[in-house]
Amino acid sequence: MFNQIAAVTMMNLRSLPQRTGMSLATILSIALVTGVLLGFLAMADGFRQTVGNTGSPDVAVILRSGSQAELNSGLSSEQVRLIEAAPGIASDADGNPMVSGELYVIVDGRKRSSDTEANLPLRGVGAQALGLRENFAITQGRLFEAGTNELIVGEAVIRQFSGFELGQTIRLANNDWVVVGTFATGGSVFESEIWADTGVIQNLYQRGTSVQSIRARLTSPDAITQLREFAEAEPRLETDILPETEFYAEQSKGMSRVITWVGWPLAITMAIGALAGAWNTMYASVDARMHEIATLRAIGFSGFAAAVGTLIESLALAGLGGLIGAVATYLLFNGMTASTLGSGFSQVVFSFAVTSGSIITGIILALIVGFLGGLIPAIRAATVPLLAVHRS
Amino acid sequence: MNDFTLIRKNLFRKKMRAFLLIFSIMIAFLIFGVLGAFNRVLNAGVELAAADRMLTVNRINFTVSVPYAYWGRVQGVDGVRNVSHMSWFGGYYQQPTQVVQTMAVDPETYLAAYPELLIPDDQRTAFINTRTCILVGEALAEQYGWSIGDRIPLMSNIWQKADGSSSWDLDVCAIFTAAEQETPTTSAYFHYEYYNESLAFNRDQIGMMVVNTVDPSRNEQVARDIDALFANSRAETETANEAAFAKAFIEQIGSIGLILFYVVGAAFGIILLIVGTSLVMAIQERTKEIGVMKTLGFPANRIFRMVLIESIMLSLVGGLIGIGIAYLLLKGMASMLASILPGMAITPGLFLTALAIMIAFGLVTGLTPAVNAQRLRIVNALGKQ
Repeated sequence: MFNQIAAVTMMNLRSLPQRTGMSLATILSIALVTGVLLGFLAMADGFRQTVGNTGSPDVAVILRSGSQAELNSGLSSEQVRLIEAAPGIASDADGNPMVSGELYVIVDGRKRSSDTEANLPLRGVGAQALGLRENFAITQGRLFEAGTNELIVGEAVIRQFSGFELGQTIRLANNDWVVVGTFATGGSVFESEIWADTGVIQNLYQRGTSVQSIRARLTSPDAITQLREFAEAEPRLETDILPETEFYAEQSKGMSRVITWVGWPLAITMAIGALAGAWNTMYASVDARMHEIATLRAIGFSGFAAAVGTLIESLALAGLGGLIGAVATYLLFNGMTASTLGSGFSQVVFSFAVTSGSIITGIILALIVGFLGGLIPAIRAATVPLLAVHRS
Repeated sequence: MNDFTLIRKNLFRKKMRAFLLIFSIMIAFLIFGVLGAFNRVLNAGVELAAADRMLTVNRINFTVSVPYAYWGRVQGVDGVRNVSHMSWFGGYYQQPTQVVQTMAVDPETYLAAYPELLIPDDQRTAFINTRTCILVGEALAEQYGWSIGDRIPLMSNIWQKADGSSSWDLDVCAIFTAAEQETPTTSAYFHYEYYNESLAFNRDQIGMMVVNTVDPSRNEQVARDIDALFANSRAETETANEAAFAKAFIEQIGSIGLILFYVVGAAFGIILLIVGTSLVMAIQERTKEIGVMKTLGFPANRIFRMVLIESIMLSLVGGLIGIGIAYLLLKGMASMLASILPGMAITPGLFLTALAIMIAFGLVTGLTPAVNAQRLRIVNALGKQ
């Protein structure tokens, strides 16, 4: 039995070159379906990796109650001082509370891909801000000096926007700035931001001494409960307090979900179209070998062996297609940078990520197409009437 | 028996193959129809933009406000017919997730700036004269079950009143519909005065201005004059056509057009491969017959034409079914999509594009087999066993 299946399968596969055109068409069309699915998944995964991996569980983000986003929030310097003295807040080596009051305003940047203006976040930060980001590092140049119109730019901004090269002067927010450094934060959202001194931005935007968000290092992730209890008991703190990881995880969900929900129905619809193609090819393959199959059956091969042989041929074509689609998507799209409007109402730069998980998903989709496309033709191969030998 | 009967018989000679090819062509045009409709709605903001309408925003970014006094100063600029202003309210109803796109506006000038918003006369007067009135879009009213006479509390996730609350009580006294079905009716508008008077901060600031010029040809001059008016002030401005503004905003979301192009390209690539190779094979199977036809005196050109018509017919049958299904699908989902993507439909323009692609597709897939059939020599055809 096994030998029969092996023999029929080998015969089918070896005769593939006789049907190059249609087999190639099947392979490539399945490759395209796999490519479309993987493209969307790479977009969703890439966005999730950038936004979802931002933040640290022991950093608390504090916003004005009900504001939901840094852009909408506003907090006074008095509130910053209250948080600095709150329980559960960690201190640095010098004994200063690790609390950073930050401004978050939006400026126009010029997107390279479309040459149109797009929203870029300009974050006003103080000395404590750097210690509140994991993996913060200046990759080129140096940090800005407090009180000057110097700024540092996230590495992702440079990739997607023009005019931010080191040493360049750029006009943002009715002011000329000098780019004195670039920074990285291990691929997180902060790399899509521009940072400058809080005081300078407060002055430019007539914000007095107010800030928009507060970040605070907690003594431990659980200390957030202590901080929340303190804030609730303090009437001067009308605030929402969230772990930083949760703040960004929420933001990443919506967009990745939309991309996935668009990608899957499209890929499945296209897979159904490709299924018709695979079916057609396998039908033609069985048709072309009608004579052979009937002969095999006549000399004692089982119908089952003939069916399995056809099914394996179909799976082989589909599997190859899936593989080609996956490799091509990986080569074309993996690591490609793109940007979109994030929930902070500013551009989030992210890289497409073709993950091994989605490659496996893509190949499974290809094999399902191959299996369904080969099934009916396989049944047909199994039931070829022996008399077919004598016809034609 | 004319040529057409022959073509039809040939097309459906192998029923299974014809069915599968038509099916895959149908899928590709279904995708084209739905994504094409989506692309149109996405760009509707650009197409619906009035030629004489411009937006003046803070030069820093459109999320940054400008002083209220600017409104009066722009009215004096030569070539300006009407100026209104709007301020983003960051509104939500009951829960933060129930976002209501709300603008605080100057009612009379705003309605003059956007004549495409249709309101019954009595409601129009009520909106202009009632300080606490909110003008609500039809789709929005339907979404939350609001009707004329309702009093609703609208919350803001940005603004606070001096008393610390973020809730404005508003009376639904007017509901607007739109002249074009692509115009979203998902937004709401209320009096700037009512909003501004209770603000705890950012008082006497407006989000942006809408400027109607006396004639689109004056746009450039008016934009220059307005921006010159506020040059070197603390809030410099940038004035641009509404269409340019809409386009830049779509670009902010991402290169959606490019993604759609890739997906539709892949869908057509798939059927090009499948149908193209299948037709070459189908004609090969008929080698002998074509030889016989040529022997009988059918001119080569007539055979060429017949094969080509066959492939075009195949493409048309599949394509028309696909577009038909897309039409029904979008029609069926219209009420569901009204609040997010209003006006998603197969328009005549889109249909004609699809039709052109069907014919082009038929020509491309039929060309090789048709040429093969045309060039076929009787000796080879009949000699082949």
